[in-house]
Amino acid sequence: MSTRQTARPFATADARTSNGALDMPEPDHRLDRIAEHPIFKTLVHERTRFSWILTGLMLFVYFGFIGLIAFDKALLATKVGGTASLGFYMGMFVIVFAFLLTGIYVARANTRYDRLSAELVRSLAK
Amino acid sequence: MIRIAPFLGAALIGATPSFAAGPDLGAVQQQATNWPAIFMFLFFVLFTLGITYRAAKGSKSAADFYAAGGGISARTNSLAIAGDYMSAASFLGISGLVYSSGFDGLIYSTGFLVGWPIVLFLIAERLRNLGKFTFADVASFRLDQTSIRIISATGTLVVVAFYLIAQMVGAGKLIQLLFGLPYLYAVVIVGALMIIYVAFGGMKATTWVQVIKACLLLGGATFMAGAVLYKYGFSPEKLFASAVQTHPNGEAIMAPGGLVSNPIDSLSLGVGLMFGTAGLPHILMRFFTVSDAQAARKSVFYATGLIGYFYILTFIIGFGGIALLMSDPSYFKLGADGTTYNKIKDMIGGTNMVAVNLANAVGGPYFLGFISAVAFATILAVVAGLTLAGASAISHDLYAQVFARGRTTERAEVNLSKASAVGIGIVAIYLGYVFENQNVAFMVGLAFSVAASCNFPVLAMSILWRGTTTWGALIGGLVGLVAAVVMVVLSDAVWVKTFGHPAALFPYANPALFSMPLAFLTIWAVSKMDRTRRADRERAAFDAQFVRSETGIGASGAHVH
Repeated sequence: MSTRQTARPFATADARTSNGALDMPEPDHRLDRIAEHPIFKTLVHERTRFSWILTGLMLFVYFGFIGLIAFDKALLATKVGGTASLGFYMGMFVIVFAFLLTGIYVARANTRYDRLSAELVRSLAK
Repeated sequence: MIRIAPFLGAALIGATPSFAAGPDLGAVQQQATNWPAIFMFLFFVLFTLGITYRAAKGSKSAADFYAAGGGISARTNSLAIAGDYMSAASFLGISGLVYSSGFDGLIYSTGFLVGWPIVLFLIAERLRNLGKFTFADVASFRLDQTSIRIISATGTLVVVAFYLIAQMVGAGKLIQLLFGLPYLYAVVIVGALMIIYVAFGGMKATTWVQVIKACLLLGGATFMAGAVLYKYGFSPEKLFASAVQTHPNGEAIMAPGGLVSNPIDSLSLGVGLMFGTAGLPHILMRFFTVSDAQAARKSVFYATGLIGYFYILTFIIGFGGIALLMSDPSYFKLGADGTTYNKIKDMIGGTNMVAVNLANAVGGPYFLGFISAVAFATILAVVAGLTLAGASAISHDLYAQVFARGRTTERAEVNLSKASAVGIGIVAIYLGYVFENQNVAFMVGLAFSVAASCNFPVLAMSILWRGTTTWGALIGGLVGLVAAVVMVVLSDAVWVKTFGHPAALFPYANPALFSMPLAFLTIWAVSKMDRTRRADRERAAFDAQFVRSETGIGASGAHVH
C-alpha cells in the first residue's frame, strides 16, 4: 500500500472544529491570501470555464441523441453503408465521445491545472 | 416447478413500465442443478473471503473501514467504480433488451454512461478535496451538520433500499435459473455473504471484491463478444446483416422502436440516468478511497473507458444472441406441436438469459458455468457496495453527527457501522423474501430518480453555489425526494400495476425531468429567502470551502496515522 502523503501545507486550515461543526466566521488571513492570489484566480477561472464548456458539450450531444430518438426516428433508421443505421453510429459516437471528453479534461488537468496548483502552493510557502 | 415472474428483465435493468410492459418472459422450468457454475462460484466466494480475512486484519481505524485508508490507486479504484456500475442488470438486462428490440438497448447504454463525464467535470475532484467518508461530509461542510446529514442520510438510505430490493429479488430469480437453487436459498446466501464482506472487511474488502468481479466480467464479456465477431470474420456489418435476417422484426431492429414512444418520457429517462449517476451514494464513496484529487480524476477517466467498452460489448453480445441463438430450437421452449416457438418470448429463462445461453453457444457448458458464476458474483459485489454505503450513512452521518453530536469515539462509530451492515443485510434478506412476487421493475429507476432529485442537487448546490443555506438544501432535498417518490407511486408502474387503480395520475414513467429541477429551484428559492443569521454565516463560509474544494489545500490526507 502506498504511504504517500499529500501536500498539505495548511493542515490546520480546516474550518471545522473537532466535532465537525462550523465555528465561523473567524477571519482567516491565510485563506484570504489564497482566495485573492492571482494564480488561484487564474486556476479557478480557467478550470471552471473549461468544465462548464465540456459539460455543455456532453449535454448537447446526449440530449441531441435522445431528442432525435424522440422526434425523428426515421432519420436514425437511415441506412449507412449496408445494414448498420445512422442511429447505431450515433449511439456508438455518444459512448466514444463521452470517453474522449473525460480524456481531454484529464489531459488538460494533468498538465495545465496541476502545474498552476503546484505554483500556487510554492508561492504560498514563500 | 418454480415460476419466474415476467418482470425479471425490468427488475434487473431498472427500467420503465414501457420496458416492463415488454415481452412476457413466461413461466420457466427450474433448471437442473448446474455443478460447474456452483463450483466456480464457490471458488470465487472462498477467494473473496480470504481477501476479506486479510482486509479485516489490516482494518483498524474509521478511515480503513469507510475509505480503505485512502490507499487505493487510481487504476484499482477505476475498476471498483466500473464494478459497482456494471451490475447484472447492465450485463443481462441490456444484452436481453438488445436481443428483443435491437437499437433500443443503446438508449440505456448511452444514458448509463454519459453521467460519468458530468461527475468528472463538476463533482469528483471537489468531492475528494472536501470530504472524508461520505458525500454528506461534503454537503455539510459549511452548512448545519444535523440538518444536512439527516437529509443526505435519508437520501442515501432511500436509494440503497430501492436498489437493494431490486438486486435481491433479481438475485433470487437469477440464481434459481442459473444454479437450480430455490429462491430463498439464493436470497439468504447473497445476504449472508454481503454481511461478511462489509462487516469484517469494510471498504477494503468491498473494493477488492468489486475489482475481481469487474475483471471477471470484463474478461468473460470480451471473450463472448470476440467469439461472436470471430464467427462473422470480425465484421460487425456481417453480424448485423445476419441478425436482421433472423430477427422477426427484421430491419426495424436497427432503428429506434417502441421503447421510448413519448418524447417527454425519453428526456426524463435521460435526465434520471445521467444525473442519478452523480448522486449514487455507493459510487460517491469511492472517491474517498483514493489519495487525492488527481487520483479521483484519473479513476473517473479510466472507469468511463471501462464502462463504455463494456456497453459496446453488451451490444455485440445482444446481436450475437439474435444471430446465433434465434435459429436454434434447443434454446427455446417449443410450442404444442413441438417445432414452433416465438423467437423472443419463448427463450429458455426469458430474454435476460441471452448472455448466459450465448455463453453456452460459443464456449460450451464450462464457459456457461463461468458466466453464471460471474453473474452471481456481480450481484454479490453490487449489494456489498450498497450495504457499505447504507451502513456508513447510519453510523457516520446519523449516529456520530446527529445523535451523538460528534461526541463519540472512532471505535464506537466503526462498531456501529458493522452492526448496521448486519442489520441492513437482515432487512435486505427479509425484503427480498417479501417482494419475491411483487412488481419491483420500477425500483432501480426510482433509485436513480431519487439520487438525481435529492442527493445530487443538495451536493451540487452546496459545493457550487455560494448562496446555498441549510434551510435551502434541507427543504430542497426533501422536496426532490418526496416529489420523485410520489410521482413514481402515482405513475402507471405502481398506481395501476400494483395498486390496481384504473388510470395513472402521473402520466410519465420517469419523474427526474420534473423532480430534479424542482429540487434545484426549491434550494435556490428557499436559500434566497433565508434571512437567518446562520444563513449569513454559511454564505460567508463559502470562501474557505471554495479554496479547499478548488485546491485541496487542507484536505484530509491519504492516511490517518
